[in-house]
Amino acid sequence: MINPLRSEAEAFRFLIASIAYFGAIVTAAVAGGTWAGLGVFVGLTAGVLAWWLHARREERPPQTAPRPHAEGERRILVVANETVAGHTLRSVILEKSRGVRGEVLVVTPALNSPLKHWVSDEDQARAAAQERLDASLAKLAEAGVQARGEVGDGDPLQAMEDALRTFGADQIIISTHPEGRSHWLERGVVEKARERFAVPITHVVVDLEAERDDVRD
Amino acid sequence: MAAHAEAAHHGPPAAHHSSRVSASVLGMLLFIASEVMLFGSFFTAYFFVRVVNGIDWPPAPFELPIFVAGVNTAILVTSSFTMHWALQSIKRGNRAGLQAGLLLTFLMGLVFLLTQAIEYSRVGFAPHDGAFGTIFYCLTGLHGAHVFVGLSILLFMTIRAFRGHFSPEHHHGVEIGGIYWHFVDVMWIVVYSTVYLL
Repeated sequence: MINPLRSEAEAFRFLIASIAYFGAIVTAAVAGGTWAGLGVFVGLTAGVLAWWLHARREERPPQTAPRPHAEGERRILVVANETVAGHTLRSVILEKSRGVRGEVLVVTPALNSPLKHWVSDEDQARAAAQERLDASLAKLAEAGVQARGEVGDGDPLQAMEDALRTFGADQIIISTHPEGRSHWLERGVVEKARERFAVPITHVVVDLEAERDDVRD
Repeated sequence: MAAHAEAAHHGPPAAHHSSRVSASVLGMLLFIASEVMLFGSFFTAYFFVRVVNGIDWPPAPFELPIFVAGVNTAILVTSSFTMHWALQSIKRGNRAGLQAGLLLTFLMGLVFLLTQAIEYSRVGFAPHDGAFGTIFYCLTGLHGAHVFVGLSILLFMTIRAFRGHFSPEHHHGVEIGGIYWHFVDVMWIVVYSTVYLL
């Protein structure tokens, strides 16, 4: 949906549209009587509402850049829901931190239903995310990757942005299920993250069922 | 790790702009949302009085000064054009355009308010003359109060413009004031259409 008062220019256009809208209703009411005015009002309002609900703003979001930190240090942000168990992801993390002092932050989004999200009922979602995160950190530790973790926002993009602001990663690894089984891929999370963040992003596909992994830079 | 980060950045992390709207614009949007609810309650009372009672509007023997209010509407709408021109001017680095635009906007808003005050003195009924008089004065008065607030904002913006404030890069104060002024104009279009014309 478009907010018609987001900027002065949009508010000005909204004023012009309001004049046209009420002008049409008044003209119809004066020329054709109350029922004609009411008909134009209902028709115009339905049209405007339909347009407004489907209108989308065509704009690229501003990119979030990593915060600077010491040379020789590489900060890797891993965003994964439950796919940290894959060995490919672990090897990618090890490869990315080879030869440098690597620091790894794993963020597990607290996935929630839209209704629960809007009513701020997220206790269960955060608890479940914390369990998945603990399991992921334990598996990484077994594989020799020292990492710390955080439960993030239910929206993976928001979780990444939050983590970038405090962690200042210079490499993001997004781990997903394969296409067809991944909600994140359906929603274009990887593409949107590449648009939104000025940080190299590696997408790791983890097929937990087949233990057959794939890596795409 | 913290030491490395502190070497490059002091203080807390940068402000979170997850909504991608600046905090000041977001504040104005929330304020306008509350204003819409306020006006909505007054319009509800107006339509209740008019539709439920099923009386002629305005009830005899009262008459509304449609022509004068129409001219006043034209003045207020024109002031939105000058407001828009002012902001476009400063975005292009035209300070004279900004100053002229803001001054004209302020003057037209002032004329609107004075004309409405004169209209009150000559309209021939008072707020205590039944529900019609009450709701007419409440709606137009509520809007007039908003024009007064808008004029106060405009006055500060104009003074700042003449003191050399604002630039093509920094004109947030004009942007936010402009949003409010256009909103006040939109509300007047609704008031004029429903109370005076329909």
